[in-house]
This record gives sequence, structure tokens and C-alpha cells, in this order.
Amino acid sequence: MTKQRIQLLDNVFLTYVPADKFKTDFLSAQFITPLRAETAGLNALLPAVLQRGTVQYPDMQRLSAALDLLYGATIEHSVRKRGESQLWGFLATCVDDAFLPDGSKLLEPLTGLLGQLICQPVLEGGTLSPAYVASERTNLIDAIRSAIDEKRTFAARRLLEEMCRGEAYGLSHIGDEASVAAITPEALTAHYRAAIAQSRLELYYCGRAERERVESAFQTAFRSLPRAEDPILTPPQAHPPRQSPQVIREQMDVSQGKLSVGYSVDTDDKDAVVVMNTMFGATSNSKLFLNVREKLSLCYYASSTYHRSKNMITVASGIEFENYQKALDEIGAQLSAMQNGDWEAWELTAARSSLSNGHRSIFDSASQLEDFYMGQIATGRDDDPEKLLEAALAVTPERIQSAAKAVKLDTIYFLTGKEEPHS
Amino acid sequence: MTERNYAQIGERVYEETLPNCLTVRVVSKPHHAKACAFFVTRYGGMDLRFQLNGQWQDTPAGIAHYLEHKMFDTEDGNALQDLAQNGAEPNAFTSNAITAYYFYSTEHFYENLKILLEFVSVPYFTDESVEKEQGIIGQEIRMVEDTPDWQIYTNLMECLYEKSPARVSVAGTVESIRHITAQTLYDCHRAFYDPSNMVLCVVGNVDPARVSAIAREVLPEAGGAPILRDYGEEESSAPARREHAQVMEVSMTQFLAGYKCDPPPEGVDLLRLGMIGDMACDILFGDSSPLYSRLYEQGLINDTFGGNFDILPGVAYLYVGGDTNDPHAVHAAVTEEAQRLAREGIDEDFYQRVRRAAYGQMIRGLNSFETIAISQAEGVFHGYDYFSFPEVFSSITKADLEDFLRRNVTADRTAISLITPKA
Repeated sequence: MTKQRIQLLDNVFLTYVPADKFKTDFLSAQFITPLRAETAGLNALLPAVLQRGTVQYPDMQRLSAALDLLYGATIEHSVRKRGESQLWGFLATCVDDAFLPDGSKLLEPLTGLLGQLICQPVLEGGTLSPAYVASERTNLIDAIRSAIDEKRTFAARRLLEEMCRGEAYGLSHIGDEASVAAITPEALTAHYRAAIAQSRLELYYCGRAERERVESAFQTAFRSLPRAEDPILTPPQAHPPRQSPQVIREQMDVSQGKLSVGYSVDTDDKDAVVVMNTMFGATSNSKLFLNVREKLSLCYYASSTYHRSKNMITVASGIEFENYQKALDEIGAQLSAMQNGDWEAWELTAARSSLSNGHRSIFDSASQLEDFYMGQIATGRDDDPEKLLEAALAVTPERIQSAAKAVKLDTIYFLTGKEEPHS
Repeated sequence: MTERNYAQIGERVYEETLPNCLTVRVVSKPHHAKACAFFVTRYGGMDLRFQLNGQWQDTPAGIAHYLEHKMFDTEDGNALQDLAQNGAEPNAFTSNAITAYYFYSTEHFYENLKILLEFVSVPYFTDESVEKEQGIIGQEIRMVEDTPDWQIYTNLMECLYEKSPARVSVAGTVESIRHITAQTLYDCHRAFYDPSNMVLCVVGNVDPARVSAIAREVLPEAGGAPILRDYGEEESSAPARREHAQVMEVSMTQFLAGYKCDPPPEGVDLLRLGMIGDMACDILFGDSSPLYSRLYEQGLINDTFGGNFDILPGVAYLYVGGDTNDPHAVHAAVTEEAQRLAREGIDEDFYQRVRRAAYGQMIRGLNSFETIAISQAEGVFHGYDYFSFPEVFSSITKADLEDFLRRNVTADRTAISLITPKA
């Protein structure tokens, strides 16, 4: 599975990954733009509106019918934050020709649909359909408001908001309610025209088809895509360490408290931080899992994530309200253990094994691979999973310990109940 | 081992029943880096009443799930850590009907398989370790209490069923799990973790003979007799309760409506019924259905809308739900549309389209190792060969779907569960 990267048009690139182990082909078309408060809502709304219909299939029912005929091919709009970029576009899949009973070819029509969704939307007097804009605007506002529904993700998001206030990374990838509510069909149309002409378009294919066939299908599908000046993608800026930690406490009517802790990491040795974080809290073998959960029974989950492009670590856990200090102390104690080099040999072996398993498995999933490569492109890097793994496996205990010493408490966020403690 | 080739869907399976009655299946995936092993017992949240040594036993709600947590304990420590140290990604889940223990790994596969079979077949509990788990599972229960999706489902099942343990939450309650002791766990293990009640399914690039040899070496030589279970008296077709509403910290009203369907058959008819139910859902409210378009355009539903057909021990139901401002209008529209389709017949073109899409969907499912392993295990438990689905699928007719909708999706078989925002 050797990835190839090909320039198809001005500022349009294709990442082609040949693979014959999947039952389906995986396609993606993503516009990569800087994440900014002014445009986050517009970029989030746009693909939802475009997915309502094209000139040839002007409503959802006809579009879905076309997909049904392609043996249940799927197209879904997507909006992601990777580093400080916002990616918007479409993900598509279809069953590979090899498994169709009637010898149909699905790649060309599906790629064609992707091209139509982006280049030939339903227009009324030159404007994106006002009815579609209004309906998707309501849906997007509902989605923004529903952030409170899932408390686990809500607490993780609130931590990033507070910790990265003033940085693009603190913004939501789907925008904020006030700016979305203010979007008119005219404004969205103007944004659409500029965005598809100016943003970098990244295409992706993973499946059995030959490279020439895929190139030709995409070239045909996007032949009418307007292309203007070459935009520059800005790499993400590392999170600046805070002088003294901030503590934020919020209340909701919930049964379980959600504790989120954010740390800045002041080192350039990111490969060492990857290994350090794996030992600290990224697996069911890590210090957080074994101590906060298994030893002290304080929680069902306690885990840490390394945000490589921002050089930050965040920890998430769900606990009884009255165990706030206990859990916080234990998380701190486990970090100190890492800083003091206080671990057994097997912990490092296990972390290396887990990293190796994780990196190798990426190639077994076409969608994970897409997310990996798009993430690389959006953060201005060009690494392969093998290369990253090799670098991580070369990290020595000394480097792990120095990486841990570069970790500094930044922000504590606690979502607690209205009555505490729990009765 | 017997080898079977399924050319149409591109799968190859090796199969054997060991002298202890354990079924072993190996699904060959020569091009994948990862391999997985699923060790599955036919024992889930609904198996609360069963016979052991000729005596009926009643066990507390949540016990199968509690046992799943405690199985990882070994005399020498914890199998989760043993597997993780070997580079495996281990996990387990308990559903209404089964408990599955599994791992994925890209190296040391056979060592990991040995660990998996050992810890699941050899119980090791102490009163102290059982007591300690109360904290962890207690937090898992608190977490799901704050999760609207879980609450709305549990409430719906309580509405639909009066006697069936389908109405009992798989995790139990903080109260019910207090009654679990080391002895009850040993009893349940003895009854349900017998090789004759289990399936080992491996998916990946592995040597089938070696898998079978390891299973023979590690597991007991003899298997016991089938277990007698009691899922309660037969349910009437009417729901126990029509409606349940709960207030939570959510942004918008969510609804989940359920329709109590006829009890499921066994054998290949069960596989067939599952496909009919799934296709009936696509026809009734799938993305390309007239109902979906109409409700979406009226602003009554958004892309959270959807549902499915589900089969549990002794019961089956169809559910549909999502975010809405008018749950009762959407609920009534679904029931009316089902009866209209039954009365007027399903449009032939639409039926053919949905049929194609449904076939593609089943092929697509084979990308997931978990789907493959669990489908294989379910097939063994219920007496059918899952990979024979193309033939079973071709026997389904439009009349089957119309009949399914006519019988099951009616006003007198339905209940609705609501989660509403705090005022």
C-alpha cells in the first residue's frame, strides 16, 4: 500500500492509496481553510446546503435514489478541525465492482456525484436555494446547541475553549450560534463562490481501481471547478504556557462530575511526548487507567490525549462530585511519577507495543488513513505512519522523562452537579 | 478444519467443532496487518433466570456485565494488562444477549489468543475484588444516566415490555449491583461460560490449525449440557405503557418510538427476518424514502432521524427516533405511512432501488472485523450460516415487506419515549 500524491489541477491534489483488502472504495473531497471565528459557521453550513441537491438531482429524495441505484453508495458531508485548519467537504463510499452481481462500475458515477455536489448546486436566481439555506441553518443551530447533550464531549470541548481562548484551536469546528443565525443565502453564496475557487482542494481515494482510472474520474468530475490564487496554509501555533493555572467550575443537572485537565508541553521533542503520553494515560495499560480507575476505583474512564500540533495534553475523567480533589491529586501524582522516571520496564514496552499496533492498524482502515493524511496536510506535515512509529520507537527513557518535565498544568475544568455530594 | 469458500462475497472460512462442543471459526484476511479474536458466550443482560444443578436461579440485574468486568482479574493480576503489554488492544462488551471478549493485534497474535482463552475460561474472584468493582461500574452507570441516548432507549424498553427482561438495563442499577457477590459470579460463570455455550471467531491472516490447537490446549476437555433459561411469560402485542417522558439537560426534545414485532423464529428464518426488518425500515423511513423527505422538508426532523429493526432473545422490535419539535406528529406520520404502504403496496421502482442499496450495505458490513465475528457467533447460536446471506436475501419479496409493515408497524403495538429539555 504505497501512497501516491498527484497534482490534478491548480491547487487540487489527489492522495491515491491502492488497496485490495476492502470490500468498498473510499473517496474524499476536502477543502482546507484556516479555522477562523468569522468563517467557521459558513464553512460548516456550506456542505450541508450543497448536500440538499444538485442541478441534476435537485432534492434529497432524488439524490438518495441515485445513491441507492449505485448499490447503496454513500455520500456524507463532513466538517473537521485538524490543527488550526477547518476541513469541509464530502466523504463517499461504494461497494467495489468486484462484489457486484451485475458487473456495474460505480467509481465514475460516484465521483461524478461528488463533483456535482461541489460545482453544480441548486441555484435560484444565482443564489443558493434560500429554502435549503434556511432549513440547514436551523439544523446547524440545533447541532451547536446540542453540544450540551453528551456531557463527556461537552466537558472536553469546554476545556479546549477555556484553555485556548484567543487561539483558533479554541474555536468550535461548526461555528457559534450567533454567527450562524446571521448567515443569509446571499452571504453563503458569496462565500461559496470564493471558497471553491480559492481553497486548497484535497482529494483522496483508497480502493482497488488503477491510478489512471481514479485520476481520470476525478478530473472529469471537477473539470468545471473554478481556480483562483494560491492560498497559503498556515501551520498551527503551539499553545503558549500559562503563568499560573486557571480553574473553571460549572454546574448542570447531572449525576456524574466530569473532570478535564489541560497541560501545556514546552519541548520540541514531540516523539518523546507521544511515548510519554501513551504511558501516562492513553491506554488501558497506562498510569491513569491503572491507578485512577483500577487501584482507587474513582472512575470508569480516565485517559489522556496528546494534541501534537498544539503541543498540549488533555486528561478526561468522569467521577463522583465529592472525589474532585482526590482524582485531581491522583492525576497529578501520576504525572509526577512520569517526571521522576518512576516506572517499570514493562510500562515502556507496553507503550511501544501499543503505539506499534496503533500505527500499523491505520492501514487496515480506509477512513482512518484518510483522516491521517488529511490531518497531515492540514497541519503542514508530510509523515507516514511508519515514519512516525519509527521515530517513537527510538525514544529513550531519558527523553521520556525530559518530555514529562516539560508538561505544565494549564487549565482545570470541572462540570459538577447542582446538588453535591451525590445522594 | 473444514474450509468453505464464499466466492460471491470474497470470504473464506475455516470451521471446526471441538470435542468440548466449542465452535471455532477462522475468517481468512490475508492482506490485513491486524488480526482479531472474539471469544463470545451466549449470555447477556437478559439472562437473569436460569437453571443450575436442577435449581432455578434468579440473579440481580446487571450481573452479566459485572461478570464481564471481573473476568479480566486473574490470580496473577489482570489480563487486560497482560494483553496490552503484548501490543494487543483488548476490550469486551455485554449486550442483551451475549458477552464478547476480544482483542486486535498486529503482533504476538497466538500468545494473545492464549491469554484471551485462559482468562475467560478461568474465573478468579475474591469478595474484596468484587466489592472494589462497585466503584468503577457505579461510575459507568452514572455516566449512562447522564447520556440521553441510553436513557431514552431504556425508558422505551420499559414501555414496550411488561415481563420480558428486555426491559432491564444491561448495566443494572447502582442498587441492583450491590447484591452481586463472588459466589453469584462463580455460579454464573459455571452456567454460561461452558465451551458448548461459546464461539471462538478469529478474523485475520492467521493459521487456522494453530488457532484450533491453542483452543484445544487451553480450554477444558469436556463441555456441559445446554442451559435452561427463562425469559418470562409470553408478551402480548400491546406495549406495557404508551409513553414515558423524562426531563434532562438537553437542548431539544428527542424521541424514540418503538413497535413491538412478532417474536423471532430460529435458524435461517431468523436471518431472513433480520433482513426483512432492515429493509422495511429503509422503505418506511430511510434517507431515500418519501416520508423522510417530507418530514425533513417540513422541518420536523433533521439528520439525527433514523431507526432500525432489532432482535433480542424472544422479542423483536422496530424503533425510530431523533431530535424534533413535534414528536407526536412524527410518530403518527411513521405509523400512518407504514399502513399506507401495506394498503397501497410499495412502489416497484423504489423497492428495487432499496433492494440494491440493502445488498450493498451488507457487503459493506464485511469491512468490519467486529461485524464479521459477531455475525458468525450469532449464526452459530441461532443455527444459520451468516455468509449465506446472498441466497437468503434473494428469497425476499416485496410482499414480505408489505406483510411485515402491515402486521408490526401499527398504532396498537407502539410506545414512545421522550427526553425533553429543562424549561
